Order: sequence, then C-alpha cells, then structure tokens
Amino acid sequence: MDIAGKNKSQFGYSLTKGRQIDYDKNNMKLRDFVISNEPSLLLCIGCGGCTATCTAGGFTNFNFRKLHNLLMRGETNNLEESMKKCMLCGKCKLVCPRGVNTRNVIFTIKRAFAMTDFSKPLK
Amino acid sequence: MENHSKKFIWRDYQKEIADDHFFYVRSCIRQTFFPGSESFFLRLMRDELGKDVFEDARHTTCTGIGFHGDIVPQDTIMTVVARHFALMTEAGYKNIAISCVTSFGIYSEILETWKHFPEIEKRIRESLKKATGRTFEIPENIAHASDIIYKFRNEIAAKAKFTLINKNTGAPLQIVEHIGCHYSKMFPEYGVGGAEFPQVLVGMIKTWGGKVIDYPERRHCCGFGFRQYLIQANRGYSVSNSKKKFDSMNPYQPDAIIANCPGCAMFMDKWQYTIAEMEGTTYGKEDAGIPVLTYEEFAGLVMGYNPWDLGLQMHQVQVEPLLDKMGIAYDSSKKFKTKDGKDIGKPQVPESLKVGNSVHSCC
Repeated sequence: MDIAGKNKSQFGYSLTKGRQIDYDKNNMKLRDFVISNEPSLLLCIGCGGCTATCTAGGFTNFNFRKLHNLLMRGETNNLEESMKKCMLCGKCKLVCPRGVNTRNVIFTIKRAFAMTDFSKPLK
Repeated sequence: MENHSKKFIWRDYQKEIADDHFFYVRSCIRQTFFPGSESFFLRLMRDELGKDVFEDARHTTCTGIGFHGDIVPQDTIMTVVARHFALMTEAGYKNIAISCVTSFGIYSEILETWKHFPEIEKRIRESLKKATGRTFEIPENIAHASDIIYKFRNEIAAKAKFTLINKNTGAPLQIVEHIGCHYSKMFPEYGVGGAEFPQVLVGMIKTWGGKVIDYPERRHCCGFGFRQYLIQANRGYSVSNSKKKFDSMNPYQPDAIIANCPGCAMFMDKWQYTIAEMEGTTYGKEDAGIPVLTYEEFAGLVMGYNPWDLGLQMHQVQVEPLLDKMGIAYDSSKKFKTKDGKDIGKPQVPESLKVGNSVHSCC
C-alpha cells in the first residue's frame, strides 16, 4: 500500500501542503534564465494591459500578468502547460506601456522548458 | 535611555504573580499525557520552596474543551468556573494557580467578560446560588502554573543539579519554546511579556543555561485547536499546522521543545509520530524526533529528579538523547516499571520514528 493509501485508511485525514511562498525552496533558475535573456521583463509595473488585451485569455484562463507573478516567485509547477495556450499574436507587446517584449518572454520560457525541467522544487 | 524610562515602556508587559498561598486547579488531560508534571509542581512548591498550595477534591473540569467544541453554552461554563471560585473562597484563598492553558484562557475570558458586563456576573452569581447555595469572591491574583515556575526560576536554578548545557560540547542546548495561544494571545495582560514578547518560557530556559531558538514560525499555533482536532476529518488541518512549525524549526537543530500548554505539548509530541507514519518525514537527529517537555518536567530534570518519576517514559518522542546531552544518568531497565517493580507494559516500536539505542536496549 502506498503512503497515500496508508494515510487514508489508517488515519482518516491527511496532511495539507501549505500555500506559503517559500523562496528558500522555490526554483528561481527559470526566473534568472528569462531575465538574463529578456531583461525588459524587469520593467513590468503589473498594469495588466497584456492580460486585458490577450486573445488567448478570451477563450482560456491564460493570464500573462499571473504568469509573470508566478515566474518571479519561482512557482513554476504549472507554467509549461499554461504556455501552450498562448497564440503568440503579440498584442500584449503592442499595448505594454513599459515596452516589455512579452512575446520573447513566452518564447524564452518555452525554450527553457525544452532544455530542462524547471517544475521540480530545489532540494 | 534611562532605566526608569525602560520600565515605563515595558510596564504593560509585566505581570504580577503572587508569592504564596495558591488555590491550585488541575488540568483534565495533563494527568494522562504528562502524569508527572502536576505532581512535580506540587512537590516543588510544597517540599522544595515551602509554599502553601491547596487543592480541593471537589474541583471539576472547567468544561473548556466542551465550550470550545460548541457543546457547552457560555452561561454553563461561567457557572462552573464561578463554582471553582466559590471553592477557593470557602477554603480562604485569594490567589488561583491554573495548571491548564485552556482553563487559564477560560478564566481570563470570564473575568474580562464580567469586568465589562457586570450584569452577566450578577446573573451567574444568581445561577450559582440557586444551583448550589454558594457565593464567591473574584481572585486577587490569577496565575498559570508556568507563571509561578517563571517567578521561582532563580530559586530552581540555585538548587539545580544539571543545566541546559550539552555536557559533550559545552554549548547551551538549543531549545524551542512554544507558548499556548490561550495563554496570552487572547488577553495579553494576563501573560508575562504579553502576546508580543512572551517571556515565561524564555526566562526559564535562559536562567537554566539553555539557548532559545528564534525560528520563523515561532509564534504559529501548534495546530491543536478544539474543532480542528475533535472532528476526525478536520485533524489534517491540525497536523498540517504542526508540520509547518516542525519544518520551520528543524534547520536550527533543536535539542528539545518546551511548551506551557497541555494541548501544544501533547500534539507536538504525538504528531511527530503521525507525520512519520503518514509520509516518512522525521525531525531531529537520526530520525529520532525532537523531545517535547512541559516546563515542570524541565524543572524536574534540572533539579535532578529521576526522569521516570517525572513520567518521561509516557512521551511519544523518546527523551534519552536529551538526558544524555544533559548528562543525566537513568536506568533503562526501570523505564517501564512501577515503583514496586511491576511491569507497566512496553510500547510498540514505530516504523519510521526511531527510538534510539538506549530505548531499544530495554524494549
């Protein structure tokens, strides 16, 4: 019997993973990689213009501003799956008041995941 | 800054603790989980410090567990506590010493309620009179038992046979102190140091030679909570909170945990086994867990009392590694025996949480 099975049958309750953002354990390598390849991301002021104009966001839950937050925190678990929703239309780049090359951010993240798996937390 | 200014700034964090003549009220659960703690407290106060501590066999539960579990109404618990005050008044005492942090919180809450709503106090006095014919006086001084040990920490240090210093390295033992939420988070003025700077356990550790660990989740609740634990399906919340604390303190390599609340001490001890069984995670060195002791047990060890007389064999996480560090000699063959040599039965050895060589040798 696996640990989860043992959990349920033996105790009737289980441990819950905390929602704390733990910068000591989160994987910051993807963030560092993206910033070194697209430094304009540091100019972001979080206005959300990218998300408001996003074509993919109209049909799916794709959200560039949220993606940016998660990337900066090192919360990269579901990022690769999320990337697949972007149509690379580039409207986000057109509306960005800070001139962030958002499309290249997406490209860079995709490129990073193609090279290695960033989703696992650092031990 | 001059001294008098400092005193002025810190005046809100001081607590007056009576010196003698206590009416002692026991805890419901401590006598089961830490059977030596309350008896040592009485022995310390009466035999070692020569204080007057009175107990009344008619004292009952404060019904705090039922109250926090939403099955005992507030008027009922206030009347039960009023009866305890009546027993104290009948015995001629004015200082109450409370063993349990839950009860301590209940007593504080009721006294504060009566202070702000005198009509409720009047109603409860009438209820008590009708039900039992008793009347009562409000205690002049309300102290938790840990307050009293804190007050006499220097006297205990003067009689110490052991200190909280690792005899192998000469370094102070790294101790995690954990204050029960109901000690000072609800009514800060009732606790030494208030809710922000609780000194009650820190003072003991430092006076007896140990070092306090300041870790990120130091003031986090142990997770006990009454509704969290009483319903089995909610216990995951309880154990997850404890795990958050253990994860946070473990990198600091604590030698032991000291707690002043029965629930905290019990759960921080027992949950270490549960977490080990659930996901194989163990804390402390060599997967042996971090020993969790009450303040009376620590005081007893410092004063050279036999660990098995203090009831330390009843703990989930075995205490031998701590005893070894303090240089306290113990007889493993007597660990699970009564005073007259009868076998009290040995617990099973868990799979994940290790119990150490000294324990194996006797099991």
